Amino acid sequence: MNIWKYANPRRFIVVTDRLLPVLIPLVALSLLTALFWGFFLTPNDYRQGSTVKIIYLHVPAALMAINAWVMMLVASLIWLIRRHHVSALLAKSAAYVGVVFTLVALLTGAIWGKPMWGAYWAWDPRLTSFLILFLFYLGYLALWAAIDDPDTAADLSSVLCIIGSVFALLSRYAVNFWNQGLHQGASLSLDKEEHVADVFWQPLVLSIAGFVMLFITLVLVLTRTEIRIRRATALNKRMPSK
Amino acid sequence: MIPDLGKYAGPVLAAYGGSILLYVVLIVAVIRKNKMAKRALDKAETVVE
Repeated sequence: MNIWKYANPRRFIVVTDRLLPVLIPLVALSLLTALFWGFFLTPNDYRQGSTVKIIYLHVPAALMAINAWVMMLVASLIWLIRRHHVSALLAKSAAYVGVVFTLVALLTGAIWGKPMWGAYWAWDPRLTSFLILFLFYLGYLALWAAIDDPDTAADLSSVLCIIGSVFALLSRYAVNFWNQGLHQGASLSLDKEEHVADVFWQPLVLSIAGFVMLFITLVLVLTRTEIRIRRATALNKRMPSK
Repeated sequence: MIPDLGKYAGPVLAAYGGSILLYVVLIVAVIRKNKMAKRALDKAETVVE
């Protein structure tokens, strides 16, 4: 199977034309079910009280914030090595979506932190690396916006993405590296002893699946948008000036 | 129907309200940008033809 044929913008549009009508109802169904289940049908935690319900928003957002950057890293490397324009546009689109997921993770984390830790913010390794990751997202998008030539913008933002990957990985593994700070360990683990109780775990997994599909859907739609903008710009340039 | 959120009702509702608002703004912005790009491309293709 030759995956590079999907790097053709025309083929990308054709494939996503078929994918999006399947993805959109799946996103709506899984998110509505997961959030309804998590908010209305799960009990309060004996220690955290009702704030435990925030995990259905916080955990998927944090997970996707990091994974979006990893996806951007892969797409950026493909751009730098193989010069496929679709990969550069995928990375740019993932950043637009990823920055919102990062903001949601920071916001919900702060709101949860106040009643549980007594503070909205602490300079804990995971929180700090996450804040730096958020600033990298802003810098990455600013770099794309600041440079007129799309290839130069893609080159420079790809380099920034590679540098920012250190903080994405640090955000992911900070709780494992350091046994200090306020942030607890991962909520999900393959070790059944370590992750949250089943009553919270099941809607959480559904919520994660829903937000993963939401991310993919939005990135695909935005990439199609970027392809159309490029095509329109190229056609406008080709027209004789009046 | 509304679950008993106890003394943490404020933070829980703020987290849900703030997050849903951010996601809705993102989705609306993505749809709007896509429609505008589609219109711009249609216009450019019509002129070229």
